[in-house]
Amino acid sequence: MEVGVFAFFAVLAVVSALGVVLQRSPVHSLLALVATLLAISALLIGLGAVAIGFLLAIVYVGAIVVVFLFVIWLLNLQRDPGEPGHLAAKFFGAFAVAALTAELFAFFVRAPVGPPPAPAGYGSVDRLADLIFRDYLVAFEATSLLLLVAVVGAVAVARRWPADQPRRSGAGASAHGELRRAERA
Amino acid sequence: MLTDLLIDAAKAIVAVLLVLNLATVLLWFERKGSALIQDRVGANRAAIFGIGRRLGVPNLGVTNTFVADPLKMFTKEDFVPDQADRFLHTLAPFLSLFPVLVTFAVVPFGDRLIVGSRVIDLQVCQLDVGVLYLLAVLGIGIYGAALGGWASNNRWALLGGVRASAQMISYELAMGLAIIAVVMTFGTLDLQEICRRQGGAWFGWLPKWGIIYQPLAFLLLLTAGIAESKRIPFDMPEGESELIAGYFTEYSGGKQAAFMLTDFAEVVLVSALVATFFFGGWQVPYLYPEGFRLPGIGSVLLPNLVVAVLGVLAFGLKVVFFCWLQILVRWTLPRFRYDQLMYLGWKILLPLGLINLAATAVVIVAVAS
Repeated sequence: MEVGVFAFFAVLAVVSALGVVLQRSPVHSLLALVATLLAISALLIGLGAVAIGFLLAIVYVGAIVVVFLFVIWLLNLQRDPGEPGHLAAKFFGAFAVAALTAELFAFFVRAPVGPPPAPAGYGSVDRLADLIFRDYLVAFEATSLLLLVAVVGAVAVARRWPADQPRRSGAGASAHGELRRAERA
Repeated sequence: MLTDLLIDAAKAIVAVLLVLNLATVLLWFERKGSALIQDRVGANRAAIFGIGRRLGVPNLGVTNTFVADPLKMFTKEDFVPDQADRFLHTLAPFLSLFPVLVTFAVVPFGDRLIVGSRVIDLQVCQLDVGVLYLLAVLGIGIYGAALGGWASNNRWALLGGVRASAQMISYELAMGLAIIAVVMTFGTLDLQEICRRQGGAWFGWLPKWGIIYQPLAFLLLLTAGIAESKRIPFDMPEGESELIAGYFTEYSGGKQAAFMLTDFAEVVLVSALVATFFFGGWQVPYLYPEGFRLPGIGSVLLPNLVVAVLGVLAFGLKVVFFCWLQILVRWTLPRFRYDQLMYLGWKILLPLGLINLAATAVVIVAVAS
């Protein structure tokens, strides 16, 4: 990957990541998050991890952040008025930021100059498939089962059962329910 | 080096211009075609100094669609509603149009063209993971409609945006499953390679097109594709009788034209994908790189230039055919109800796609062993 291209996407990723936390409007933060993810996926593709780079864009930009957008709409989040936080929160926040920055610097100082040579076929779809469908098949399938259980559990927890809330039955996970809530919002 | 760059630039410009122009032609076809279907006259008002009438040519609405409408669109006031998010309101139409146009970078529109010692691949960008690129870029398109609806500060627009994003996410799954089945069949993610592997014929006469391997995936991709382009019968996001115009209610002028163009560019994209995955892309039946080889008749040798041009024409013909089919569907079926849309997407297309995927996997393993 050429240094200029790398620098462009690296700066874009950092600036848009700052945008995620500094924007007052949640939708603008979300758009900055999309830009961050796209810049990172461009970096991954440029560094040879082509499959992971595109999958990041497909899964996060194409699906997960859209769900964030739904959450913002359904909760009807408005612009953050920007109230000053607690002094204690600021103090500990500054402390944490300083610690993280120091750690990052230590990492950079000790990191070897120049990347090690990548193994043949690194980052290709074939290699990724070998890893998740042969070498780590059980772990991969167990993870997907865990996610399925989590989804079913989330629906079970979030659902309002008719016995508890007789007047709002059926306002569960249906698309109609979501729409009606969006309409109210 | 410079020549390579110029060739790449030329391919990119030609591809984008072809898509944009075909989209405009489709707009005209939709107007006159719908008039034909509904037994109306259709667009026939605008004319330039009545030249056509003096020459005795019937007014086919060409001036309306290609001259008068674009002029009107781009000279209109660019209206941004009060309290709207000005930045996102401007960004949204481009966020909607751009992904659809760049998707055509990986769609091959012809085989190799040999000029002197140079071999030109008739595809803007050869990418080993073309299918992944396709899905990644299409995913960005959701934000155009969603943010356009949100940034307009209008309830109807917001509802249209919510509907559009929910619908696109739902049908992207069915679309992805159909494409994965095709990828499994041909064993590659490169669209040009998928086209190449559809060459040849069984028993000497049946072209090895994807539709023969994957008929169900073809139906899934076509249905999900029409739903992705948000056109009738899947046009709840802009259902006029309920939401005025949905997510682009508050758009006017050029920005609205961009949204409209996106719709038609998506029609072209769906046609191009269906042609590439299931109808051999640029493959002409019985045409091989060295010439025609007709079963039972004999063979005709042809130079590379003729073969390449025939391939590009065949691809264009297939794309135009599926565009026509989609417009026909648009004027044939009534709009779904929203629950029917979700039912179709999640409870019919998705299980069908999964079954198709499982069956494909079983057949591939059975054939291999």
